[in-house]
Amino acid sequence: MYVAVKGGGKAILNSHELIAETRRGDPAVPELSTRQIANQLGLAVDRVMAEGSICDRDLAALAIKQAQGDLVEAIFLLRAYRTTLPRLAMSEPIDTARMLVRRRVSAAYKDIPGGQVLGPTYDYTHRLLDFALMAEEGAGAPVAPMGDAPLDEGMPHVADLLDYEGLIEPELADPEAPEPFDLTREPMSFPAGRDQRLQNLARGDEGYVLALAYSTQRGFGGNHPFAGEIRMGEVGVEIVPEELGFAIDIGDITVSECHMINQFEGSAEKAPQFTRGYGLSFGHNERKVMAMSMVDRALRAREFGEIARYPAQDEEFVLYHADNVEAAGFVSHLKLPHYVDFQGELNLLRQLRREHDERQLREAAE
Amino acid sequence: MSAAMPAPVQWDTAYNFAYLDEQTKRMIRRAILKAVAVPGYQVPFGGREMPLAYGWGTGGIQVTASVIGPDDTLKVIDQGADDTTNAVSIRRFFERVAGVATTEATEEADIIQTRHRIPEAELAEGQVLVYQVPQPEPLRRLEPREAETRKMHGYAEYGLMHVNLYEDIARYGHIATTYGYPVMVNGRYLMSPSPIPKFDNPKMRDMKALQLFGAGREKRIYAIPPYTSVKSLDFEDHPFTVQSWDDCCALCGATDSYLDEVILDDRGGKMFVCSDTHYCGQRRADGHVGPQGVPGVEEAR
Repeated sequence: MYVAVKGGGKAILNSHELIAETRRGDPAVPELSTRQIANQLGLAVDRVMAEGSICDRDLAALAIKQAQGDLVEAIFLLRAYRTTLPRLAMSEPIDTARMLVRRRVSAAYKDIPGGQVLGPTYDYTHRLLDFALMAEEGAGAPVAPMGDAPLDEGMPHVADLLDYEGLIEPELADPEAPEPFDLTREPMSFPAGRDQRLQNLARGDEGYVLALAYSTQRGFGGNHPFAGEIRMGEVGVEIVPEELGFAIDIGDITVSECHMINQFEGSAEKAPQFTRGYGLSFGHNERKVMAMSMVDRALRAREFGEIARYPAQDEEFVLYHADNVEAAGFVSHLKLPHYVDFQGELNLLRQLRREHDERQLREAAE
Repeated sequence: MSAAMPAPVQWDTAYNFAYLDEQTKRMIRRAILKAVAVPGYQVPFGGREMPLAYGWGTGGIQVTASVIGPDDTLKVIDQGADDTTNAVSIRRFFERVAGVATTEATEEADIIQTRHRIPEAELAEGQVLVYQVPQPEPLRRLEPREAETRKMHGYAEYGLMHVNLYEDIARYGHIATTYGYPVMVNGRYLMSPSPIPKFDNPKMRDMKALQLFGAGREKRIYAIPPYTSVKSLDFEDHPFTVQSWDDCCALCGATDSYLDEVILDDRGGKMFVCSDTHYCGQRRADGHVGPQGVPGVEEAR
C-alpha cells in the first residue's frame, strides 16, 4: 500500500540538528573560535569578504565557521545578510596611490620609485608541507624582523609612469560621470559599462575568473599582459556626511589592486599604445585581482574595436556566469523534486519510442 | 485599544515584516505594476539576495514578500504538493518573517506560491498565484544572448520559436515540448509559463486570479492580469493538446488531474496519483475512492 512521504518538515528540522552536530565534529577537540578564524585563516576570510561583498572580518569568520569552511556557502551567508543592511552613505573613491603598502611588485620594471616590496607572500616559499605546524604545542609566535627604514607613505602607480610619454592610455577620473552602476540594486544590463563589469568581477567566483584569465593566455584570447603593478595594503575610506559637507575618514580597509598592462596594435586613427586592465578586491586576494584585471582587459574588446572571438571576450557569457551564489544555487536546485516535469518527459519518451517501433514495423512489412 | 482588536501578528522582529525592507518592496511593487500593465513583458528589477539559494524560489518569495499583508493566508506548493521539502521550507520562512496564516486548502489561500504546477481547482477573483521561475526567457534555449532576445521581443519577432516547434513536427510528427510550453500573452508577448506541464497551460487563459511570475536569479518579473488571453503556440494542422493518462488516480480515482507516476517495486510495478495533494485529499474526503485508495482515510497521504 502506498504511503506518500509526509513529514518533510520534521526531516528538515532533523537535518538542521545533524548539520550542527557534524559541524562541531569530535567534542573532545577544542571548538574553533571566530577570532581564531579571523586571525589564522585570514586569506579564507579575505576571499569570503571579497565575494560576499562586505568588508567585515568578524562576520566573514562567522560565516566560515557556520559553513564548516565551505567558502562558497560562507559567501552565500554573507550576501544574504548584507541585503538586510541599510545603506548609510556612499564613500568617496579610495585613493590607492596613497596606500600604506604592505606588498607592491612590478614585473614591468626592475626598480620603481618607492621600491619593490615583497611583503607577506607564498610566492618564493617552496611548497613543502611544513610538519612543524602539526605540532601539538603549535608553531609558537614567529616575529618577522623590522626593516631599517620605513617605506614611503604614498607610492605612485607604475602604470601612470608610462603616462608621461603617452605610451599608455590615460586613466583620468571623469567629473561628469554619473553615479556608478550598483549591481546590488539594479539588474545587469547589456552592453555593460566598465563599472558594472568590474563590480561583477570583484564579486565573481575566484576560480571562474582565474580560469577565464588563464584561457586568454593559452590562445583563447591574445592580450599579452604584463603585471604593471600589484599592490596590497591599507587605504583610508572617507565619506562626506550631508550635514558636514566635507570628507571625514571613517577607517582603513585592506585592499589588493592590480594594474595589468596590455598591448594594443593601434588603428588607422590611433597610434599603438599600451592599454590597461584593472583588478581590485577587499583583503589580500592577489590571484583574484590579477585574474580580474586580465578578464577586464579581455572584455574591453568592443571599446578597442577588437573582434570578440573567445569566451573571455564575450561579456554576456562572462558576466552572467561569474557569481558563485547564483551558479551554486541554480546547479543545486536540481536537487529539488522535478517529478512533474519528469512525468511529462516520461510520457513523451514512451510515446516517441512507441511511434518509433510502429514505424520500424511498418517499414519492415513494406 | 478595544478588546475587539485582533491580536497583533507575531513574527521574527529581527527582520522587517516579510523580510524585505519597505524600499525594496516598493521597488518590486513598481515592477509588478508595470508587469501587470504590459502582460507577458519581462520587467527587469533589482532582485535582492535572499536567505534561500538561487534557483530555489528567490524570485517567488520576493514577489510574495512584496504583496503579502499581515491578514493574508498563504499556501505554498512544489510539484503540486504542500508537503514537499522546499514548499515546507518556504512556508516556514513566511511564518517566521511575516507571521501569516498558512493553509493547504487552495480555496482558502489569498496568495498561492507555486513551483511547476497550477492547482487543479479553479482559482477565484482576488487570489494571487505567484510562480517561481528559473528561466523567464522563453527564447533563451534558441538564443543565449539577452541583448538579442530583448530585441526579438521588441519587434515581436518570434519566428524562431515557430521554426523550433515545426522542427519537432518534422522529426517526430508532433510537438515534443512537455513542460514550459511557450504561450502568447494578450496577443503580444511570447512568455514562458515557468516549467509547469503543458497540461496546466489552458488554466492560464482568462484565469480569474492574478498571475505573477518572479525570477530571482535572472532578476525579472512578469504578470498575467485576470481575464487575459493566453494562447499556447501551435499550428492549424497541429493544434495544441495536453497530456492524458490511461489510468486514473489510484487514491481518489480522478481522471481529470495531472498524475505522477509512483514506482512500487523493482519489477515495473507502478501506480499513478494526483500531483495536486490538496485536490486529491479533498476528493477522498468527499467520498471518492480510487482502485488502491482506502475510503475516508485522509492520513493515507
